[in-house]
Amino acid sequence: MAELAQTLNPAVAAPEVAPAVAALTSRPTLSAGRMLRRFASRAWLLVALLIVWEVIARLSPTVFFPPFTVVIGQFASDWFTPDPTTFFLSENFYNAVPISLWRLARGWGLAVILGVSIGFLLGRSPVVRLLYSPIIRFWMSVPNAALLPIAIQFFGVSEAVTIFLICFGSMWLIAINTADGVSGVDQDWLRTARSLHLPRRTLYTRVILPAASPHILAGLRISVGFALILMIVAELYATTAGLGHDVALYQQTFRYKQMWSAFVLIALLGIGINVAFDLVETRLLRWQRRAGLASL
Amino acid sequence: MDMTIAGVTKTYDSARGSKIALTETSFVIGQGEFVSIVGPSGCGKSTLLMMMAGLLPVSSGSIHLGDTRITGPAEGLSVVFQEYGRSLFPWMTVEKNLAMAVVADKLSKAVLAERITRALHSVGLEGSEKLYPWQMSGGMQQRVAIARAVVAEPKVLLMDEPFAAVDAQTRADLEDLVLRIRDEYKVTIALVTHDIDESVYLGDRVLVLGANPGRVIADIPVDLPSPREQVETKRLPAFADLRSDVFQLVMRPKAPAHASGTVAP
Repeated sequence: MAELAQTLNPAVAAPEVAPAVAALTSRPTLSAGRMLRRFASRAWLLVALLIVWEVIARLSPTVFFPPFTVVIGQFASDWFTPDPTTFFLSENFYNAVPISLWRLARGWGLAVILGVSIGFLLGRSPVVRLLYSPIIRFWMSVPNAALLPIAIQFFGVSEAVTIFLICFGSMWLIAINTADGVSGVDQDWLRTARSLHLPRRTLYTRVILPAASPHILAGLRISVGFALILMIVAELYATTAGLGHDVALYQQTFRYKQMWSAFVLIALLGIGINVAFDLVETRLLRWQRRAGLASL
Repeated sequence: MDMTIAGVTKTYDSARGSKIALTETSFVIGQGEFVSIVGPSGCGKSTLLMMMAGLLPVSSGSIHLGDTRITGPAEGLSVVFQEYGRSLFPWMTVEKNLAMAVVADKLSKAVLAERITRALHSVGLEGSEKLYPWQMSGGMQQRVAIARAVVAEPKVLLMDEPFAAVDAQTRADLEDLVLRIRDEYKVTIALVTHDIDESVYLGDRVLVLGANPGRVIADIPVDLPSPREQVETKRLPAFADLRSDVFQLVMRPKAPAHASGTVAP
């Protein structure tokens, strides 16, 4: 009987578990071919729309709406050169794009720092949130362009104006999303954190922030799109260089082909930023999808 | 170090009047004892455990660990919750989850690594340090939760229906795992369960709680031989007797008990 008991009840579970643990550590990979095929299957609509653009522009020619092929030709000559030392990018490109992107980076970066901090404070204290919600909603509703003269009054005609406008326009959205994320952290995780008697700083940085990160990252993703628009708008006035400045210049000097080619570049920049953001977000939020918590 | 629960009650006050979750409860858990707390739903067993853990304030009475009064989550106490999915942090690896339990202690890297390895070994999950909880099965996740509870080398381990959310076979493995943990870490354990067999199989003592109002209705010593074994121990007539007694107390509180163990009126 005792021997039977011994064979039925293995002493340690480790021999069964170790192979299971080993199997879990390998991961599948996504091939380039598969990714290309996926892209092609989604690109057909875009191609169809471009064809429609071409047809309509050719049928009713107007100087304000050049056909797609003409715009592409302009695009190529505006922003590219055959010179490999400058990565095939033209002087126009380097005059406008880095300066705009740098303004965007500073403005949005500041918005992230301020927005997340404010959002965190709001999320942790329901009382504070109640008090400041109306104020935040107010500033979110004010059209950003209307703040331009006020900004010029404060900062003079300088870089600070564009950075201020970009920052002010996007930080409230980040703050609200962050506050939602922080106040909605699962009570069970908070209870576990209490039972582990975590120090305050650890609680905030290792528990609350990651737990709120799906909401925070959503806010960041939406706000970066806003920030791009604000960057262009802010550059329409009171600047001497940049993509927005170029757009305004071309419009005022009736160079509509160049204006459209600048639009295409801005659109591509927006798409590029979004793609980069998606990649980062996917990696950071892997735990949320895999743990089946994506619906929360 | 003994754990003393003295005259503890829990009342919830609301606009509609107060609800008594637990009436006056007193008992002592000796060092190294394994106490099973069993009862029907609504008897206040989880409430009692949460108060012992310092996660819920007592309405009256006091709880002491040794000489220290429990007023909040205390050093020397570790808790294992029922829902492992919401208790482990999914954005952290197993290793980081375990490290969270001893953040406040500021251990050196070497000591921390050694404690983590030991804890994972005692739950049979060697080599899983770099895995994420969502890459593991439910049973494995609960093991990680148990490992996290012992990595701090606590004096008392409190478990709130830890196996309610796993399947029956895994449950048997985990029950034996807890007994091994008790032997290896020499820790006092209080385990809340609704499973009567489990309460008798694991405990040195079974506290039976009744509902309406929540109160201790019996404190039964379990006189079964150690080490416990899933087949052999459950085959013993003494096991069947104890099990029936507890069953009657839990399911039919007014019925008389079989002659074994004390029954408080």
